[in-house]
Amino acid sequence: MIKIADLHRSFGGQTVLRGVSLSVADKELIAIIGESGGGKSVLLRHLIGLLKPDRGTVQVEGEDITTLTGRKLDRIREKFGVVFQGGALFDSFTVYDNIAFPLKEKTKLPKQEIHERVEEALEDVGLKGMESKYPAEISGGMKKRVALARALITEPKIVLFDEPTTGLDPIMLHAIHKLITDTHRKYGFTGVMISHDIPEIFHVADRIAFLYRGVIELVGTPREIRTSSDPVVRQFIRGSLRGPIEIV
Amino acid sequence: MIEKFLRATGSWAISILRRMGHMFLFLLRSIYYIFVPPFKFRLLLREIRFIGTKSMTVILLMGSFTGMVLALQIFYTLRKVGSEAMLGPAVAISLIRELGPVLSALTITGRAGSALAAEIGIMRISEQIDALTAMALSPIRYLIVPKMVAAVIVFPLLAAIYDVIGIFGGYFVGVKLLGLSAGTYFSQMKHFIVMEDITIGMYKALTFGVLVLWICCYKGFYTGYGAEGVSKATTEAVVMSSVLILVSDYVLGAFFI
Repeated sequence: MIKIADLHRSFGGQTVLRGVSLSVADKELIAIIGESGGGKSVLLRHLIGLLKPDRGTVQVEGEDITTLTGRKLDRIREKFGVVFQGGALFDSFTVYDNIAFPLKEKTKLPKQEIHERVEEALEDVGLKGMESKYPAEISGGMKKRVALARALITEPKIVLFDEPTTGLDPIMLHAIHKLITDTHRKYGFTGVMISHDIPEIFHVADRIAFLYRGVIELVGTPREIRTSSDPVVRQFIRGSLRGPIEIV
Repeated sequence: MIEKFLRATGSWAISILRRMGHMFLFLLRSIYYIFVPPFKFRLLLREIRFIGTKSMTVILLMGSFTGMVLALQIFYTLRKVGSEAMLGPAVAISLIRELGPVLSALTITGRAGSALAAEIGIMRISEQIDALTAMALSPIRYLIVPKMVAAVIVFPLLAAIYDVIGIFGGYFVGVKLLGLSAGTYFSQMKHFIVMEDITIGMYKALTFGVLVLWICCYKGFYTGYGAEGVSKATTEAVVMSSVLILVSDYVLGAFFI
């Protein structure tokens, strides 16, 4: 479904990605873990063409999106749903309008059908009754759920999650993870998720990729990552202060 | 030494040119989306309300006091040469050709331009613009075009209101306070003001509208990171717009004189 090959990206002389290569299979939910500021969000933004690489390719269903622009790129983007780190909800819209927005703008569905789908999505994320609230009036956890509902409303083939649980309490974190696995099962999308939630992420993702110093250090099933003998991976998943990862 | 100086100057000139080109392309893209459907009429009405209707109070206040001050100062000068009867045309021409369009544009820049730059900037740093792009929707179509079109409609209208209110402000001071006859104030105005004066004023207001919204939207759209970035973008938008209003006013004034 997605194939990243030898992706390089620098910002003003600082190299963030040094040759990332990763394949994501159809309907797979893969989590990318790694240090803060290590380039995970930068990598995710390349998958939808929000950033262009210095070198390398990103193939989505066999088409290299790094060379696409305009309508051709938009055609690929229509396959995606994105849950941004802070939710990226439109603050002048209500919860209902935020979720309905992609359907109103991208489809010609009748009002009644849009209404039904938004209500269903709200029920899926447990936010029934919150339709008329504005993003400023709801909690961080609710915002993430609204963002998830908005990302899924068009039933995209691929969903990108940029740290969907950052800043949430443990209960809400579990609730969001459960929501992601439930919706993944229900809609059958291909998912790429950036996360810091160790060990919780091992119960959510099919595979884990560890990004370290601009390259994918290790990819494997949660079990393979957990039992890895790689000292960098071991230090990261244990959260140890001692090891090859230097704390800046 | 000379080579180093030339290199630094060249690199500075290239970066300025690149930035100008970037700004110009932004304007061209905005103009392109004005003519390509789907058109966002509801968003346009919202922006007309924000830039226009909500600026009315301050425009009325500024306009009336500008006319009043103008009448006071001009009356003082005209009295010295015994031409008090020319107060009406002097106030009206100053307002219609110059002060109406310029001061209304500066007022809207301070009230709405800064708010628009900040709004777009916050949308950028909170990833709302990226969310639109990720949905395969053009942020320019949704955020910039309605504001630009609203400016083209609203700036000339507000300038016209500013002119009228200013003329009545001048009337209040000249006729009610300084004792000039109402007939003299208005009849002289009728003789001296020609359609060309009004057209020039409207051209200026239109130009300022495009300039202000272009600069404010561009600065917000490409804001820096965090609160500091938005604050810097807003300040730059207001300062640059205000300077460009005055510079273009001179250029247009020299062209039409």
